[in-house]
Amino acid sequence: MEKQSYLWEEAIPGGCHWSGLVRRGTVLRFTDLEGGANLSALFYNPEDRLERYNMPDTLKAQHTAFLTTGKVCYSDMGRVMCSIVEDSLGWHDTMCGVQDAAMSEARYGKAVFQTHQNRMHRNGKDGLLVELAKYGLGKRDLVANVNFFSKVTPDAEGVMNFVQNFSMAGAYVDVRFDMNTLLILSAAPHPLDPGTSYKPAAVKISARHAGLAAQDDLCRNSCAQNQRGFINTERYYL
Amino acid sequence: MTMHTIVESNLKPEQAVLDQVCYAGDPWMAEIKKGQVFRILDLEGNQAVDTLFYSAADPEERYSAVDTISRQGKLYLTTGSVLYSSEGRPMLTIIADTCGRHDTLGGACSSESNTVRYALDKRPMHSCRDSFMHALNSCGCAHHHGMSKRDISANINFFMNVPVTQDGQLSFADGISAAGKYVEMRAEMDVVVLISNCPQLNNPCNAYNPTPIRLLVWD
Repeated sequence: MEKQSYLWEEAIPGGCHWSGLVRRGTVLRFTDLEGGANLSALFYNPEDRLERYNMPDTLKAQHTAFLTTGKVCYSDMGRVMCSIVEDSLGWHDTMCGVQDAAMSEARYGKAVFQTHQNRMHRNGKDGLLVELAKYGLGKRDLVANVNFFSKVTPDAEGVMNFVQNFSMAGAYVDVRFDMNTLLILSAAPHPLDPGTSYKPAAVKISARHAGLAAQDDLCRNSCAQNQRGFINTERYYL
Repeated sequence: MTMHTIVESNLKPEQAVLDQVCYAGDPWMAEIKKGQVFRILDLEGNQAVDTLFYSAADPEERYSAVDTISRQGKLYLTTGSVLYSSEGRPMLTIIADTCGRHDTLGGACSSESNTVRYALDKRPMHSCRDSFMHALNSCGCAHHHGMSKRDISANINFFMNVPVTQDGQLSFADGISAAGKYVEMRAEMDVVVLISNCPQLNNPCNAYNPTPIRLLVWD
């Protein structure tokens, strides 16, 4: 898509956090600008912030352990909040959560603002909590998140393997918002990334109008469960 | 074929300080003190026991499925697994397990997710989240802390077999539990345990037959 057709674009520097209200029918393209990005994401219904992304319901409804084109993100109320309509990567994690300050310091050492200014180390948990606090939300609302651009696979015994060098510069995922969504983001490192130097990649957000899911929509029709999920979403907005 | 390690316990039920039965479709809530041992026993087999833990001192600190998975790099729970809190602290450690594998990805059933998973007209059927909500509405300790739906996070499903393949397919496989199998854990802090003994009637993984469980605590 030509750049000028986007409503707006904004880059999140590696490690930083972002939040905003995204209206239904909007597609956000997230692009890994440098390679090796991790973008932790949480979704809330701004009309009822008790309704939020539900990792278990998302996975079991679609019999999947990861997200890619055709998969959707469910709220705890049985509604489709957003859909992966295009994806250059094929796998986005939602099983592993985020790093906290102690994990970050153990892995990368300490780098505070006083000494490092905007090169200070940031972690996903604190970043998400800062953004949540702007809307009156807090630790009780910090549920299992999506980690766009990260791939973690379990072996037969369930041992988790973080796939290194998975996302390259230019990798992107298009997320269509099917509900009005309070979107909370952090571009801090993934908790299972074994790298020991702090160098989180920047992510670009590119917003465009796409309209609501049509009857022949790929995500709607990828399974009978999603057809019912979209019905639940559409009834909510009648 | 995946091998499961079976570890038995020497604790005797007649020495337990708590020994109760929870019927299918009922919630169960109790406080377990640091150092006490808590056993969940599958009385008739292949029952799903949806379980959440909270720090008794501050229920904002609660069981975290994603911390438990990522801090140990393991998807399934069995003997030796530490159940981590949202603050990254050990809440309980599994010390015996005659089933061999437990799930923490599948979450709890709710009337809303049942409309998605099975059919729109399944909404009135009983569900784990209804049991959780009922417990939080009626149990004194939950009311005291002002607990609500905000506090229902991704839970453990004891005795549930939810294998994930290397290519990311997730299935609700036939149960590997059986009558008399149990899992036992030591509390590493004072915790409140909230259980829904799952009433799911739409899923073959419990043979469409929800059954009672037995709960025991030892000092």
